[in-house]
Amino acid sequence: MDNVRVIEVKRSIFESNDQDAEKLRGELKDSKTFLLNLMSSPGSGKTTTLTRTIELLKDKYRIGVMEADIDSDVDAKTIAATGVKAIQLHTGGMCHLDADMTRQGVRELGVEDVDFAILENVGNLVCPAEFDTGSTKNAMILSVPEGHDKPLKYPLMFSICDVVLINKIDVMPYFDFDLEKCKENILFRNPNAKIIPICAKTGEGMQEWADWLSENIEEAIK
Amino acid sequence: MHELGVVFRIIDDLTELGKENELEKIHSVTLELGEVSGVVPSLLTDAWKWAADRTELMKGAELIIETLPAVTFCEDCKSEYETVAYGKICPKCGSNHTYLLKGNEFMIKEIAAT
Repeated sequence: MDNVRVIEVKRSIFESNDQDAEKLRGELKDSKTFLLNLMSSPGSGKTTTLTRTIELLKDKYRIGVMEADIDSDVDAKTIAATGVKAIQLHTGGMCHLDADMTRQGVRELGVEDVDFAILENVGNLVCPAEFDTGSTKNAMILSVPEGHDKPLKYPLMFSICDVVLINKIDVMPYFDFDLEKCKENILFRNPNAKIIPICAKTGEGMQEWADWLSENIEEAIK
Repeated sequence: MHELGVVFRIIDDLTELGKENELEKIHSVTLELGEVSGVVPSLLTDAWKWAADRTELMKGAELIIETLPAVTFCEDCKSEYETVAYGKICPKCGSNHTYLLKGNEFMIKEIAAT
């Protein structure tokens, strides 16, 4: 072990991801595309919510969807059936998407003709929160059966989201779910979070969600 | 949970560094890991052993992890306290107007190489 030298590196491991994310945000700004990073646990109703959202906005904006999953293309097929541009991204076993993978997805999708791009992240409340994808805004869906204490258990996810959708509110009478307590728990982690209770199945609250999106899309495309 | 993904990132960074500095062999890698960075040291070490052995440059290299304590600051009573013990609520005044001062670092500090 002669001539071993110690090299000071002092490099943050997330730094290159943060740089990639900023770069992507810049590119999206130039192409006048609003990119929403949509996160949730598996089974919270992401794909159904997305389908309803597309129905509400597709006459107004050009939409493109990137479906991220560890495997399969069932979700991309569901989305493609709504008539918008959709691609499937396979993470190859990874539990989240990082900025570089998102950037590749954006290239594959092609955003020159897209006003509103949606990244449906891997169903997971832990890892996606730690990697900035380069999206314009972050949203997450929390569904009633998951319980109102989730914001306390997954603090980082709730603290990085601009908007939290509380889905499946139609089944609230059957679960021990306290909506006011849930809102309090979210705001405790993130006082700036916008909270919208919805039911993707019945359509309740979906207009408020669509209005929030329209406002942000208008901002991006002007 | 994503320790392996993080290890791939470290390997990419060090491969680049190896080229820049014309290194033949990296013998050890020292990381600085904050207590609340969300990365589990034992999983990181296991993932490192597996992934580093697949490269020429880093085969057999030791991963040294230095843990950095997490400290939270209270905006109301201006005090600092241990994050891991008390979380978001200030133990001195009970306020939740607090923010993390340090403890989420995840850095490659240095490497020993030839």
